[in-house]
Amino acid sequence: MKKDNNPIWVLADQENCNLLAVTSQLVGQARILADVLETSVEVVLLGDGVQTHSEKLIAAGADRIYMGNDPELATYHPEIYTDLIVKLAKEHKPQIMLVGSTSTGRELAPLVAARLKTGLTAHCIDLGINQELLLEQKIPAYGGEITIVCPDKRPQMATVAQGVFSDPPPDEGRRGDVVSIQGPFLSSRRVQTLEVVMEEPAGIPLDTASCVLAGGAGAGDLNGWKQIAELATVLNAGLGCTRPAVDEGWAELETMIGQSGKMVSPDTYLGIGLSGEQQHMVGVAGAKVMIAINSDKKSPVFDQVDVGIVDDCQAFVAVLLEKIRQYKKQQVSCQ
Amino acid sequence: MFKIVVCVKAVPDPKEACNLKIDPVTKTLLRCDVSMVLNPLDKHALEAALQIKAETEAHVCVLSMGPPEAGSILKECMALGADEGILLSDPCFGGADAYATAYTLATGVQKIGAVDVVLCGMASSDGATEWVGPEMAIMLDLPVVTMAQEISMLDGESWEVKAARENGYRRMRVRLPALLTVTRDLNTPRALSFSGIIKARKKVITQWSLKDLGVPAEKVGIKGSPTIVTEMCAVENTRKVEFLEGTREEKAELLIQKLVEGGVL
Repeated sequence: MKKDNNPIWVLADQENCNLLAVTSQLVGQARILADVLETSVEVVLLGDGVQTHSEKLIAAGADRIYMGNDPELATYHPEIYTDLIVKLAKEHKPQIMLVGSTSTGRELAPLVAARLKTGLTAHCIDLGINQELLLEQKIPAYGGEITIVCPDKRPQMATVAQGVFSDPPPDEGRRGDVVSIQGPFLSSRRVQTLEVVMEEPAGIPLDTASCVLAGGAGAGDLNGWKQIAELATVLNAGLGCTRPAVDEGWAELETMIGQSGKMVSPDTYLGIGLSGEQQHMVGVAGAKVMIAINSDKKSPVFDQVDVGIVDDCQAFVAVLLEKIRQYKKQQVSCQ
Repeated sequence: MFKIVVCVKAVPDPKEACNLKIDPVTKTLLRCDVSMVLNPLDKHALEAALQIKAETEAHVCVLSMGPPEAGSILKECMALGADEGILLSDPCFGGADAYATAYTLATGVQKIGAVDVVLCGMASSDGATEWVGPEMAIMLDLPVVTMAQEISMLDGESWEVKAARENGYRRMRVRLPALLTVTRDLNTPRALSFSGIIKARKKVITQWSLKDLGVPAEKVGIKGSPTIVTEMCAVENTRKVEFLEGTREEKAELLIQKLVEGGVL
C-alpha cells in the first residue's frame, strides 16, 4: 500500500490554561506512529493564554502546532471548537486524529468524527500501525482484546485515557512551527457554557501514588465507603473506584479507574469489594502487586490478582484499620 | 404537543455479561445465552422524559435499533409510561458501529418528525462508546450537551443543563430542539407497575425496516460502518492468587505483613 504522507493530529486538552498530561502522552505516542509512517505530528491547541504550551508540545514530539489563542476559545464550546477543528481538518487532511478520553474529548471527538463522516474508536488501550499502514486500535472486551481499524475513511480517530501511554521524555532540541488560527469563529450559539465550576481534588493523586486503593459496590453503603477512604488515608494511598461506586454517589467521576477513567500503575493495588470487571481491571493491569478483598470466593477478581482475602468488606476493613493503627503505634514506640 | 424521543438499546444483562468470552482458539465470541435487558443508563433517559411528560403532557416516543426480539425492551418502556415505541429492525442494520447506528437512529428521528428533544443514555453498558448520542446530534443538526446530571426547563425554548466533568461540572444553556445524553445522577428510574404492564399490553410497537426509512443499504449496518473489527484475542490471566486464610484478625495481620513487604507500611 502507498504511504500516506498526511500528518497525525492530536487535539490538545487544557483546563484553566494547564495542559493535561494525556495530551503530551498522546503526542509522544503520535511521534512513535509518525516515525513508522514517516510523517509529521501536528497538534491543535485551543484556549486563551495557551501560547506557552507550544514549546512543551514540540519537545514531546510535535512538528507543528495549530494554535487558536483567543478569549472566545478560553473554555471548551462544543459548536465553536467542532467547527474550527473540522474546517482545519478538511484543509490539512490528517490521516489519524487522537483525542484524550476526558469529558471534553469525549464530547468533542464524536462531534468532529460525525462531521468528518469517519470512524471513532473509544478508549483504546493501545495504538499501533499494521502492515497495511492502518492505525490498529486495541480495546478490551469480553475478557480479551479486540483490534479495530478504519480502512477507508479519514482521519482514523481514537480516544485514549490518561496513563495508557507514558509521559514522553522531553527533547528540548526539537524544532517545530506554530501556526496561529485567527477568528472570526462560528457565531451560532445554540448551546452556551454559562459557567465551569471546578472543585479542588481531594486526597493523594492517583497517577503518582505508589499504593492505590479502589473500592466498588461491595463497600455496601456510604459508611462502608468512608471506611475505605480512611484506609486510603492511613496507608497514604490514592483512592480510586469502579463505576458502581460513582453511580452510588460515594466517589467522584474523576477517581474512576479503568478503560474510560484513569489508568494507573502503582507498586501495590488493593481492590476492595469489586468484582474484577474488565473495564476496571485494565486500568490497574500495570500494578506490581495486586490484592483483592471480596466476600465471594468465586468472584472473577481473584483470577486477576496475586493476593486474595475472602471476607465481608465492611467487617474486614474495620478490623484491618484497627490492626494498622496498632501496628503504627508499635512502630512509633519502638523508635 | 412537546415531543420527546428517547433512544434505548437492548444490551446483554450486565450481571451476566462476564459470561461473554472470546474463544482463545477460534478467536470469536463463545456462544452462550445471556438475557437482553434495557441498557441501565437509558432508564434514566426515559425517566427524565416521563417526568417532563408529567409536567407538560409531552408525548414520549422510545426508539431502538435491533433485532425483532429487542421489541421486548420497548414494551418495557411502554409499561413504564412511554406513549409510542418504534423499533428499527432489518437484517441490513446488523453489525453497525457507532457511526452507522447513529445514522440509522437519526433517520428514524427524522421520520418521526417535529421532535423537540432527543434523550439518550450517556453510554451503553456493552459497547461503552458514548458516541451514538453526539453523532446523532450532528446528523440531525441539533445542539448537544453530554453527561447531563440536572435539567431545568426554563421554558419551551431553552433548557439549563448541569453536565458532569472532571473535578466539577459545567452549567450549559441549550436552545431546543436539542439532544442530551444523561448520567445516572439525573434521577432515580421508576419501577414497573402491574397496571403499567397491563396497559402496555394493548400498545403496539411500530417496526420500521430499511425500506420504511428509505435510505440506501450501504449507509447502514456493517456496510455503513467506517470501523471494522479485525481481530479478537483472549487475554490470559498471568497472576495466580494466594488466599490469605484464618480468622478475620489473622487475615488482617497477614495482609499487614504483605503491605509491609510491599513498602506500603
